[in-house]
Amino acid sequence: MFARGLKRKSAEDGEDVEGGLAGAQAMPSYSLQRQSLLDMSLVKLQLCHMLVEPNLCRSVLIANTVRQIQEEMAQDGTWRVVAPQAAGRAPLDRLVSTDILCRSVREQEGERPGPDAGDGHTPDLVPGLATVPSAQALRSPQSSLWEVDSSRENRGGFQKSLDQIFETLENKTSGSVEELFADVDSPYYDLDAVLTGMVGSTQSGHGSGLQAFSSATAPPPSSSCRSDLGELDHAVEILVET
Amino acid sequence: MGEDTDTRKINHSFLRDHSYVTEADIISTVEFNHTGELLATGDKGGRVVIFQREPESKNAAHSQGEYDVYSTFQSHEPEFDYLKSLEIEEKINKIKWLPQQNAAHSLLSTNDKTIKLWKITERDKRPEGYNLKDEEGKLKDLSTVTSLQVPVLKPMDLMVEVSPRRVFANGHTYHINSISVNSDCETYMSADDLRINLWHLAITDRSFNIVDIKPANMEDLTEVITASEFHPHHCNLFVYSSSKGSLRLCDMRAAALCDKHSKLFEEPEDPSNRSFFSEIISSVSDVKFSHSGRYMLTRDYLTVKVWDLNMEARPIETYQVHDYLRSKLCSLYENDCIFDKFECAWNGSDSVIMTGAYNNFFRMFDRNTKRDVTLEASRESSKPRAVLKPRRVCVGGKRRRDDISVDSLDFTKKILHTAWHPAENIIAIAATNNLYIFQDKVNSEMH
Repeated sequence: MFARGLKRKSAEDGEDVEGGLAGAQAMPSYSLQRQSLLDMSLVKLQLCHMLVEPNLCRSVLIANTVRQIQEEMAQDGTWRVVAPQAAGRAPLDRLVSTDILCRSVREQEGERPGPDAGDGHTPDLVPGLATVPSAQALRSPQSSLWEVDSSRENRGGFQKSLDQIFETLENKTSGSVEELFADVDSPYYDLDAVLTGMVGSTQSGHGSGLQAFSSATAPPPSSSCRSDLGELDHAVEILVET
Repeated sequence: MGEDTDTRKINHSFLRDHSYVTEADIISTVEFNHTGELLATGDKGGRVVIFQREPESKNAAHSQGEYDVYSTFQSHEPEFDYLKSLEIEEKINKIKWLPQQNAAHSLLSTNDKTIKLWKITERDKRPEGYNLKDEEGKLKDLSTVTSLQVPVLKPMDLMVEVSPRRVFANGHTYHINSISVNSDCETYMSADDLRINLWHLAITDRSFNIVDIKPANMEDLTEVITASEFHPHHCNLFVYSSSKGSLRLCDMRAAALCDKHSKLFEEPEDPSNRSFFSEIISSVSDVKFSHSGRYMLTRDYLTVKVWDLNMEARPIETYQVHDYLRSKLCSLYENDCIFDKFECAWNGSDSVIMTGAYNNFFRMFDRNTKRDVTLEASRESSKPRAVLKPRRVCVGGKRRRDDISVDSLDFTKKILHTAWHPAENIIAIAATNNLYIFQDKVNSEMH
């Protein structure tokens, strides 16, 4: 019924991801699911560069969701959730457990420790979390999530990719062709690299969970990026001909 | 009407003649005209099919006022925007009938970019006995004409002719989601994601922009227009809904550009129910004024709400359409179902409201008795002229025999488009590529 089949390698993932959590049958933690939601949203945004003009309402709603997650992650700061076994065990063949993310804030606060205010805000780290997606995160979540060195270069990248999406939407709709090419190269290639890294990751078996996930969302993201580049060529052809 | 009472409904399905679903046949809009005599449907392939209600015959009890195909025509064709390298879909987003002013019927149909005015006329007589032309229309040899005759009108088989009278193009940069004819019968509005334009029905090369919510910097875009409608009686008032769940009532007398609303209808968010999907499910997919003009009906992902125009703070009534989906929002976000845009409808007396759901279910809520019913539009579940059986979705707990569990719902079978006859208890339900017309035979009068 719903998109299924995202088998997580529970034993390995359980040890790495949940850090000190004992037991392989850990329910995916809130922050991990939030991360999944964020990745899913970013993929959805990129997939909307299709042959037909993208649905603006859908794109706006997804982008707002991404911003919400980003803001919440910024507020959490360095706090790393290690959720105790919440009530019941969710089946692990669902990477994204519907329940936790849909639960109200009040319920969740009862489960997780409050944010560690002492470390203060490090908003730089949050975009880093977003653009260096879960392939890395799953590998060594506790350290790399909050890696300071990777954050700075990625921070602009995330913001840029979100803005660039709207710019592209606007440009596609306002018909100013020259802007179509403005700043096109890097975000597209970044995305391509990012997504192929995500999909094709064989180094760590932990990436396979997400790989299965991203292949579940048809079509695979990298091919849509290539079709974007194809469209670009097409547009260049038109320009050159005129 | 409720689950226990005998709601006698006649299932009268009109099925398109194919055994497989082609995407072009997916019905994308359904609309009765002002008398209910005609029912128009638009589909993804750009076609419009008009059904006409047969006059009730006293002889056959069963063929009282059934709908038959009246006319079919291609309204919109696919286009390619070469400048942006994008296809413009021919899918008919909305059809609105104009009030009938003479023997002809007129309707507006729109796709993402272009609105067209179609005139539908009947021809059931033709002149015969011309002096200069023969029956095939060829000129006669004048030497054979010995006397003059007056041509007479002779009856012929009914021919329905449809012609495009106006094409309102190039008015919209973004995708048109609604059109609405003004009560003045001279103007109409069209709304896209960011702008609303006012047109005169006779003028195609000019329109007035009356709402513009496009930010100066598109990166600041967080809200879009989702639906809009003119007030049924006050030609200066219209409402538009947004993706953030708000409704704005605007008065065109206040200013040329109605960016500043006269009234803002918004329900404060319930903090205890907040999740990452709160905003998405609050997005209003449809807004309809009541026939009385006193109320508005809105549909968001999980509920339908009735608003009183005199109260902006919150709706006066809220009905749960399928609250059992609340815990499944993440999956529905994943498979994009959370972005489905369901429509809603009033009955003629504004006492019952209706909306569609998944699994080919549709729901009706009686505002007076507070009873609601879930019905299914499918060939398997009901035979023609059989009474519809109420359905139930079980969410765990006690399960009755014919209940459907939430996990077995088919989310590809969604009823997005429904319409209610303006005066009688007749409803039209679009289920993917099939059109169902249900009549309430027992209670055929409004109550």
